[in-house]
Amino acid sequence: MTHLIDIKGVTHAYRTKSGPLPVLDGLNIAVPHGEFAAVVGPSGCGKSTLTRLVAGLMKPDQGEVWLHGERVTSPRKTVGMAFQNPVLLEWRSILQNVILPLEIVAPRMPQAEREARARHLLDMVGLKGFEGKRPSELSGGMRQRASLCRAIVHKPDVLIMDEPFGALDNFTREDLWQTMRDLRAAEPFTCVLITHDLREAVFLGDQVFVLSGRPARTQMVLKVDLPADRKLDVLYQPRAQEMLHTLRDQIRIAQGRDGEVH
Amino acid sequence: METAQKIAVPLIAVLLFLLAWEALVWVNDWPNYKMASPSDLPPAFWKFRWLFLEMGWQTLWRTVLGLGLAVVFGTLIGMLMGFSRIARDGLYPLLVGFNAIPKATLVPVISLIFIGQHDFNTVLMAFLISFFPIAVSVGIGLSTLEPEYRDILRSLGASRLTIFRKIALPKTLPEFFGALKVSVTLAFIGTNLVEIVAPHGRGLGALFKSGETNGDYPLMFAVLIALAALGILLYYAVLVLERIFAGWAERPQS
Repeated sequence: MTHLIDIKGVTHAYRTKSGPLPVLDGLNIAVPHGEFAAVVGPSGCGKSTLTRLVAGLMKPDQGEVWLHGERVTSPRKTVGMAFQNPVLLEWRSILQNVILPLEIVAPRMPQAEREARARHLLDMVGLKGFEGKRPSELSGGMRQRASLCRAIVHKPDVLIMDEPFGALDNFTREDLWQTMRDLRAAEPFTCVLITHDLREAVFLGDQVFVLSGRPARTQMVLKVDLPADRKLDVLYQPRAQEMLHTLRDQIRIAQGRDGEVH
Repeated sequence: METAQKIAVPLIAVLLFLLAWEALVWVNDWPNYKMASPSDLPPAFWKFRWLFLEMGWQTLWRTVLGLGLAVVFGTLIGMLMGFSRIARDGLYPLLVGFNAIPKATLVPVISLIFIGQHDFNTVLMAFLISFFPIAVSVGIGLSTLEPEYRDILRSLGASRLTIFRKIALPKTLPEFFGALKVSVTLAFIGTNLVEIVAPHGRGLGALFKSGETNGDYPLMFAVLIALAALGILLYYAVLVLERIFAGWAERPQS
């Protein structure tokens, strides 16, 4: 089987004043077309580096990153990104913010068509009526919804998210998980989600990759065998609880605290 | 109601200031060669009304031209410093050193290099004195741009120029206008410096000088007031531009 995203033996180190700081060590991650990969690991284990590698924003010291059967060496137009900080442009309306990637990727697309596409997405995430507002007029959760729309407005085949819901409160976060699930049903894309939240990983992911502490390697891959159309209650059922338990143990191992009493 | 208040409050403040000034002169019974009072000013303005218009215009266009050059050059230097670490390390000491030189000392230097070029010298000084804040603020604005802002466009393969135009430039505008408010008064000082110090000058500075030479003290005070008025005018012009181009940076009041 060919994978849409294939990260093979990627090793990377940052050059710092006190010598090289290895962050990734022979990392392997393979995501089939249309699947959702959640990546969890202790903080500072190089997860954000991973997003920059997949986006082609940097090159690994060793190993290869493949997208769509092509080796990634530079940025590509077929990637969408979302971060913990929604990074909306304050001088643009919400609608104009969502349109931004189209201005780069599809410069010849008529403005009306761009706006129709953006409106459609904003409608889907529940931001109908807020198109003309400035980002500063929206709540944190709404801004993150707009940021998601912007990340997929140009129909990327890969969506890379770096803790997109990390700064939100729990209830807003759960709302956004469901938005994410619905978006995926309507607009299929392959997704890499970096997260600290194990429940988020299980609710959204098809596979959960547990990274070890720095330098990160793939410590474990968990297949999430829950139905595709998940409801929030699924998290409270025994199967999900069991997976959460496994993941928690794996994180503890990754943190190097396996022997501690807990 | 709100707009009426916006106009009335500053107006009343100015009137109170003039009244206090008048009272100060009246109570101390100062002659006008010690300190002219506001009531001395209208006759002085009226007597030299054409000169005021002509010289005021001279001062105004030179200041605006000098400031315009400062905006172009300052933004370019700022871009260099914002995008290149090497340029930043290399240019900072030069800029700071240059800025530390009292500009009055440059007047004779410039007058000697470009002898007799009064217009040119004046514009040059307005420019030299006012580009520094712009260069520094644009430089800092660009170099502190959060990497995520760049990444959302860079991951789509956007060129550096596109990223600059769509994100870095607009994002730096509030800092730029902050600096421009400082620069506009600085440019004004630069213009007047040359107008006052250079022999056979023109502009309000030269009018001030001629008041001094002829012992016309009310004229000197009238020039000061005219300078203040022009300064306010320029400052508010910048404010209007800021509203138009960087109005988004103002938080909606809740």
